[in-house]
Amino acid sequence: MTFQDKGIGEGKSGIDAGTEPAVRVEDLTVAYGDKPVLWDVDMEVQAGVLMAVIGPNGAGKTTLIKAIMGLVQPVAGYVSIFGKPYLDQRRLVGYVPQRNSVDWDFPTSVLDVVMMGRYGVLGWLRRPGRAERKAAMEALTKVGMADLAGRQISQLSGGQQQRVFLARALVQDARVYLMDEPFQGVDATTERAIVTLLKEMRSEGKTVVVVHHDLQTVPEYFDWVTLLNVRCVASGPVEEAFVDRNLRLTYGGRVSYLTHHTPEETFGTPEE
Amino acid sequence: MDIVGFVDNLFADYTLRQVAIGAAMLGIVNGVLGSFAVLRKQSLLGDGISHAALPGIALAFLLTGSKSSLALLLGAAATGWIATLLIMSIVKHTRVKYDTALGLVLSVFFGFGLVLLTYIQKLPVAAQAGLDKFLFGQAATLLRKDVVTIGVLGGIVLVFLLVFWKEFKLLSFDPDFAFSLGFPVRILDVLLTTLLVIAIVIGLQTVGVVLMSAMVVAPAAAARQWTDRLGVMVTVSGIFGALAGVSGALISSQAARIPTGPTIVLCASAIVMFSLLLAPNRGMAWGFVREQINRRQLQTDAVLGDLYVLANQHQEPGHGHPIEVLRTMAHGHGGVDRSLKVLKERGLVQEPGSGEWALTPLGMEEAGRLSRQWRETS
Amino acid sequence: MTAPQIEIQLIASAVAVSCALPGCFLILRRMAMMSDAISHSILLGIAVGFFVIRDLTSPLLVLSAALTGVVTVSLVELLTRTKRVREDAAIGLIFPALFSIGVILISRYAGDVHLDVDAVLLGELAFAPFNRLSVLGVDIGPKGLYLMSGILLLNLFFILTFYKELKLSTFDAGLAGALGFSPVVIHYGLMTIVSITAVGAFDAVGSVLVVALMIAPPATAYLITDRLSYLLAASSLIGVICAISGYWVAHALDVSIAGSMATMAGVFFVATFLAAPDRGLVSIFVRRARQRIEFAQTMLLVHLYNHEGLPGVERENHMDHLHEHLKWKPGFAGRIVGAAERKGSISRDGALLLLTGKGRETARRAIVG
Repeated sequence: MTFQDKGIGEGKSGIDAGTEPAVRVEDLTVAYGDKPVLWDVDMEVQAGVLMAVIGPNGAGKTTLIKAIMGLVQPVAGYVSIFGKPYLDQRRLVGYVPQRNSVDWDFPTSVLDVVMMGRYGVLGWLRRPGRAERKAAMEALTKVGMADLAGRQISQLSGGQQQRVFLARALVQDARVYLMDEPFQGVDATTERAIVTLLKEMRSEGKTVVVVHHDLQTVPEYFDWVTLLNVRCVASGPVEEAFVDRNLRLTYGGRVSYLTHHTPEETFGTPEE
Repeated sequence: MDIVGFVDNLFADYTLRQVAIGAAMLGIVNGVLGSFAVLRKQSLLGDGISHAALPGIALAFLLTGSKSSLALLLGAAATGWIATLLIMSIVKHTRVKYDTALGLVLSVFFGFGLVLLTYIQKLPVAAQAGLDKFLFGQAATLLRKDVVTIGVLGGIVLVFLLVFWKEFKLLSFDPDFAFSLGFPVRILDVLLTTLLVIAIVIGLQTVGVVLMSAMVVAPAAAARQWTDRLGVMVTVSGIFGALAGVSGALISSQAARIPTGPTIVLCASAIVMFSLLLAPNRGMAWGFVREQINRRQLQTDAVLGDLYVLANQHQEPGHGHPIEVLRTMAHGHGGVDRSLKVLKERGLVQEPGSGEWALTPLGMEEAGRLSRQWRETS
Repeated sequence: MTAPQIEIQLIASAVAVSCALPGCFLILRRMAMMSDAISHSILLGIAVGFFVIRDLTSPLLVLSAALTGVVTVSLVELLTRTKRVREDAAIGLIFPALFSIGVILISRYAGDVHLDVDAVLLGELAFAPFNRLSVLGVDIGPKGLYLMSGILLLNLFFILTFYKELKLSTFDAGLAGALGFSPVVIHYGLMTIVSITAVGAFDAVGSVLVVALMIAPPATAYLITDRLSYLLAASSLIGVICAISGYWVAHALDVSIAGSMATMAGVFFVATFLAAPDRGLVSIFVRRARQRIEFAQTMLLVHLYNHEGLPGVERENHMDHLHEHLKWKPGFAGRIVGAAERKGSISRDGALLLLTGKGRETARRAIVG
């Protein structure tokens, strides 16, 4: 799919079309053994948007995030952040992994975990000090967890754990955020708080890409959406991409994606 | 002879001093590194590395002809490392799971080590007598230069740990996030594993390959019960390790025919048990005690409530009710006699007739208050 | 071959098969390290049993030691259930403690008896032929052979009788419970079998080899098959091969028989690891290399398909720009193009690449999925 076709226009949500996209994915293909998990994915995330990545289970959503960051090696394809390879731009990208990716019984406190977000800036050997602590407390305040700063993380609820991860990402002061299912298993209050936070981040000019599992809330929470099922079915503003046809293609079992060839050319006549 | 004199005497013994110091250092280093191993779910990797060290020791001897600690330790570390790589490789490339790979590599390497040992046994230089001490450890053979080697290596390990503290903490908690921050996760992993290998290897002469895994796991498991902070846990773990090492050395020196290695392990195990039971917060003894207190409180309240019900039924507050009635009403929760005793001490019940019980006016008040409380919360 | 040699190999084979059978279930249930734990802690059982029975050759010793095995498993479970210690840490705590108690007891109170701790690890297969069993004054063979054969029959019996239950509880514990088989009972039954086998094999080959024989042959077989029946058969066969080859290597080099068998078990595993059809390392690498080329070809075709008929196609589908758009090194791009040409999927018009009908069909199929 060429980018001319996507009609990514100017003036949408105040984006300056002259700048590089925050994230550009080209021909990304990832396979585990024989099985393709991502196939020839083309995707572009304009700077300053709040995008959801949706698709059925096993569709490769987490793999997409990990492949963007180089945590999994693609068989083919290319990822760039603001025009440069991810490895050169790591400082600009904040990662919020799935909650169950760590052992919450680890002996550490809420504040400690959030301060870890500053380790990248500290670099090798330097210890976190007062400045880091202050930044961490500010982030915790933003997510409403400041009074739990000293709490052992095993004593947190699901929603609180998620907020800690978000605070840890906030202190990184990144420009692009990749989040893996941040709404999974959190209570309603936390969910509302997270949405507010994400929208605030967007208004600050940050780009946020969120792997999301709940179709109902996509139009309400996000302005852009990518539909993924091994291949990229569609990617664009919610009004355009989040439509019946795309949803059917994504969740309907048979995988396919739109090309400029007419559907009849690709799929044959409707009776087939 | 008083305690000071006793201890003085003990440490006047050169051999014992060496053993105690060597054991203490092995305890500290393994306690510290063991904390990370346990937190990273690598508890049994220590077992694997120590068993895999055996062929390394034998090979080092065969190749260099020397029985110097350093040469043997290097050999041990080499095969220990190879074993680790092999385990990871098996897990990565086949569907054999981690525990199977671990057990396989562990037993095969150890078996190969035994082959080498029996081979060395036949060599004209009756050398093997020195090497099989690594099976169960023979702390009594620790020489000063062995202790120095252990000390230097252990010190280097601890320094590295201190220097890269925050990197190792991050690596152990969330390696993916560490990668996203730009840290070379694989290199850090290799470094930390190397430190673990060295820690294990320096303890082999004292505790032996079979038992070494306990020294990696026990101090850390014990320390975890006492604190929720990583720094404290690691420190306490080191202290526990040293404690186990020294006490084990001391005890086994005092009694005849008790080998040092197993004694150290038992001291470490005792520390674990003590910690599991009695550590504040997590200690199971306290949980048990708390449970008992709660249960008794419930029983007392129930008896009070039963008396209240009876009093309301009879319209005669002072009327005594036989204890058998109370026992029948209490068959769901028991503890009637004890509860009555407590209630009497608190002035809430009285015994108008022998074996008959009633509420005092104070008791009526209290029971009324409780019953309102129950109604509100249910 | 002399009679003692034959006897040793028979005993070794009996040990191998006795170990391989429960071993298959251990590795499938991810309890491999439990065999390590049990084989160490039964030393304590042997020591305690000896102090009570005072007879090293009594079969009751087997019982007491087997009991210790079950106790070990229970203790590990108990410790894990307190939630304060993880399961792998629990194993690493319990068996060294029990083993240490055993070593201390033996060193202190049985130092003069032939209960050598070294033998615990090594076994004394070489001496097995000397320990004879006589019935009515007739020497009918080494005790070890009868002991191991008995255990082998016991294991076979257990597995054949409870085959369905074992299979179900291994692969789907929840379903097993729902159907009324108690997975817990099966679990403890299996652990008892493991303990008894470990004790019986102890005398012959020591604790090290027990672990090696319980894990390595099943693991090797697992590389080749995952059907339970094949797994059991294959691991038994492999176990016997390890035993016999191990014996002859030890014979040639005059080294520990047990250690040699363990080493051979490792050698066979590694050989299979590398060379197994489909799953061996060599096969995997070869297949991956082939896949990469096939993937790349399909990607090329899809890329060409997408740009066909569009403005700019001359640039996009140009040979030299392939490596730009698809991020392929020029050499690699050349190889892929060559392969696709040979396959008849594309044709070249100078430096411009065109899809043939066949190529277009392949691309469409790839898109539709």
